Amino acid sequence: MKKVYSRIESITGNVIAVKAEDVAYGELAEVRTRFGASLAEVIRLSDDLVSLQVFAGGRGISTGDEVRFLGHPMKVSFSDSLMGRIFDGAGEPRDKGPTLDENLITIGGPSVNPAKRIIPKEMIRTGIPMIDLFNTLVKSQKLPIFSVSGEPYNELLARIAMQAEVDIIVLGGMGLKYDDYLSFKDALESGGAMSKTIMFVHTASDPVVECLMVPDISLAVAERFALKGKSVLVLLTDMTNFSDAMKEIAITQEQVPSNRGYPGDLYSQLASRYEKAVDFEGSGSITILAVTTMPGDDVTHPVPDNTGYITEGQFYLKNGRIEPFGSLSRLKQMVNGKTRSDHRAIMDGMIKLYAAYKDTLEKKSMGFQMSAWDGKLLRYGEKFEKGMMDLSVNIPLEQALDRGWEILADCFEPQETGLQTKLIDQYWPKKTA
Amino acid sequence: MTATKGRVTGVNGNMVTAQVDGPVYMNEVAYIENQGRSLKSEIIRVRGDSVQLQVFELTKGIKVDDPVSFSGELLAVELGPGLLGQIYDGLQNPLPEVAEKTGYFLEPGVYLEALPRKTRWAFTPVAKAGDTVRRADTLGTVPEGSFTHRIMVPFNLYGDLTVKSVAKAGEYEVTDQVAELVDAEGVVHKVTMLFQWPVKRAVDCYAERLKPTEPMVTHVRLIDTFFPVAKGGTYCIPGPFGAGKTVLQQITSRHADVDIVIIAACGERAGEVVETLKEFPELLDPRTGRSLMERTIIVCNTSSMPVAAREASVYTAVTMAEYYRQMGLDVLLLADSTSRWAQAMREMSGRLEEIPGEEAFPAYLESVIASFYERAGIVRLADGSTGSVTVGGTVSPAGGNFEEPVTQATLKVVGAFHGLSRERSDARKYPAIHPLDSWSKYSGIIAHEIVAYAHGFLFRGSEVGQMMKVVGEEGTSLDDFAVYLKGELLDAVYLQQNSFDPVDAAVSPERQKRVFGLVLTVLGTAFRLKDKDEARSYFNRVRQLFIDLNGAEWNTPRFAEVESALKAAVAERSEGLDPVAARHIETLER
Repeated sequence: MKKVYSRIESITGNVIAVKAEDVAYGELAEVRTRFGASLAEVIRLSDDLVSLQVFAGGRGISTGDEVRFLGHPMKVSFSDSLMGRIFDGAGEPRDKGPTLDENLITIGGPSVNPAKRIIPKEMIRTGIPMIDLFNTLVKSQKLPIFSVSGEPYNELLARIAMQAEVDIIVLGGMGLKYDDYLSFKDALESGGAMSKTIMFVHTASDPVVECLMVPDISLAVAERFALKGKSVLVLLTDMTNFSDAMKEIAITQEQVPSNRGYPGDLYSQLASRYEKAVDFEGSGSITILAVTTMPGDDVTHPVPDNTGYITEGQFYLKNGRIEPFGSLSRLKQMVNGKTRSDHRAIMDGMIKLYAAYKDTLEKKSMGFQMSAWDGKLLRYGEKFEKGMMDLSVNIPLEQALDRGWEILADCFEPQETGLQTKLIDQYWPKKTA
Repeated sequence: MTATKGRVTGVNGNMVTAQVDGPVYMNEVAYIENQGRSLKSEIIRVRGDSVQLQVFELTKGIKVDDPVSFSGELLAVELGPGLLGQIYDGLQNPLPEVAEKTGYFLEPGVYLEALPRKTRWAFTPVAKAGDTVRRADTLGTVPEGSFTHRIMVPFNLYGDLTVKSVAKAGEYEVTDQVAELVDAEGVVHKVTMLFQWPVKRAVDCYAERLKPTEPMVTHVRLIDTFFPVAKGGTYCIPGPFGAGKTVLQQITSRHADVDIVIIAACGERAGEVVETLKEFPELLDPRTGRSLMERTIIVCNTSSMPVAAREASVYTAVTMAEYYRQMGLDVLLLADSTSRWAQAMREMSGRLEEIPGEEAFPAYLESVIASFYERAGIVRLADGSTGSVTVGGTVSPAGGNFEEPVTQATLKVVGAFHGLSRERSDARKYPAIHPLDSWSKYSGIIAHEIVAYAHGFLFRGSEVGQMMKVVGEEGTSLDDFAVYLKGELLDAVYLQQNSFDPVDAAVSPERQKRVFGLVLTVLGTAFRLKDKDEARSYFNRVRQLFIDLNGAEWNTPRFAEVESALKAAVAERSEGLDPVAARHIETLER
């Protein structure tokens, strides 16, 4: 049995240090304080001095509190009974259900061998035309949703969770407002998706160290399900809170900050999480959708900037809609040639016309005269925004393509669309007299 | 292993401190024994009997008092036949073989031999008993793919050596003895086809370094004509995310006119490497008609793999490049991305608690970047043949801002700068190399003054374009407007290139010269144009003809047909050609 240490040498922020022997880097310990027990993780060894970050935070810890090392790193229980359950960042139940402790798995495991990856090839349908039609989500893709505070990004995630054609959804919440946590729960329960969902939620009032655990726990569980052949969608919100938690710990640890106070390994830290997105050869897959709020709507802020270099495109959520211009799914070319013959043409064609509409709008606002063509574009833009961009639109890809043709036919003559004659002959809606 | 023993006294991230009882080398490879695994690491600081190691693996589970053993060797790579076509991690572990052993994940502490031991190579002796040889002299050859792979005197045997014996022609494995060499002290060295060389030391077995002059043809017009790269030169590609750095590297790795390409995927997405590694075996090298994979080595240490190995990966790659250069071959090393490599240095520097420089990068950032790029070069070997290593590195500046330390340190030491712009990539103008910001110090396939003539139109065209945004089209003179349209035309039909089009994807130098001549004709001609609408529609017509020309295969009747249609279209409205342009065109045709 492991020894219990009852003298804490130092307490700085959330980090305590004890003198102890035979302790492994990354090992877990239990700290018993007058407010109850908390887990702590070894983050530094220096001779017999062991530094631990305490999940519940350093507040109220006494130098005489007991520290007991558990002899293993952070683990989480993995079984089918995780389904429908809600946990906190330390893996403890947040719902009324029982604590799970069978079949424990280590979190933050090694990276996947690039030689065992395969080229992604399957789309994930979400029922949102701006995704399915214009920036298709692909299995094993990692995509952030760049947004600013106040945008309905959590609603968007909840909708994707309910509608995405995947086997399992793992939701990792970091620094969530309690209200947001409750709305997620309500949305998933009323949408009937709770039974295939596992939630790991850290709310804004929880200790900041637990926030750091959420992506690793979520992804470790997802990875096991993927290895069992399941297709898993991991939703993370909000990665900026996660990065800020890292910043907070790094600063209290007196690490040299690199850019706006963030630690120098921000890129590697984010990448090691995002790179868990994978399509296992001969097994399941992990797809990651992660909200990244941009402080001050600034895409060059270190968090969105580093994220952009790591991920395979991004969705910009602006004014309650997914912006067609900044958004990009780098993997869409791998799947959208196989859906319907008009998919790529409609995708490009409608966006080009929408860009023309934006130009016209600008001209109009400056008071220039509107031509007949401008009139058509204005009509088109309005219909496009209402029929396609609005987040409440909820239709499968095929129907979205048909609607695209309808909108085009409603506003333009066939030759004005710049689409291939062959496609027009096949898909242009026949006017009923 | 040396007699020195150590034990762990501290762990901080991927840095481990150990107490040692004997002599150690700086940058020596050490192994930490933990839970039945040996974790590879490198000494990066020595202070008294305490050493600091950067560990090439996840450090979870390491305990104080774990034993450490020392190899007596610096971090080195295996050199010998069989490197081509391999996929390595940053420490030269063959990834497909690792996958066979450990499955989907990269388990820590698994190190495999870099070169296949069982392959038999057909050896032909070149040296004879009694010959005097020096390091890197050829002892014999084996065929490797379409190359004659020289089996050389190992680079680490210094001084004059006498050949005692050389193996007879026949088939050998890499570890079989192929020669015996006697040094000045009479010590006999048994030589196999394989030897090791420390990655952080440049291979210096050559007679002299030459000035890079011959262009390295990439078949990308914008590079070959405007911002050329010379064989043995260096260039960098900085750009914000999504501007197409990796795509440009992929295109270059396919079409570059060199013998061997080494791709160092350093701290980037695994998905991109996967594309290369699944597609290359299917693609054919137009030069040899064999699979592209046979001329390629991939070193990949992607973003989620351990950071210390990422730092090593670019050195692993450049050492292999230098090895093939010693055979008189032209090698291209593509490093994507050097910023991730610099960040790996920054992480270690932080853990060592060094005083940080700008943006917390270590103070030695510039000298390290400079000495890496300086390993490029074209050299004359002892036997008179020449070989070259060309280095092209991408840079991922934070926030797309080129003022940051890594971009600036790189710009100081490279010979060409291909700056990618978000503006151009957003407008889908590919390759998104900015034609006004970029530069090259090398000479390309077309003489500098001729290119400068065309470049002038880009510059003036862009000025007129800026002005038009303020005063509107109506405030611009017809002459200025024509200059603007000419600049736009040059951009649309020559700078931009469609890498998805089978013909346009790779353009030969011969064809580049011909088309450039045509473009010059248009640029240098004064046209008879009534008004701006007419000018615009006329230039649209010319542009369409050029685009058709770019899509027509070289030396076909179709090409000739479009070419003469183009010439006719120009003649139709020509009011005479600028004599300067006429002289340039004449030079081009000669």
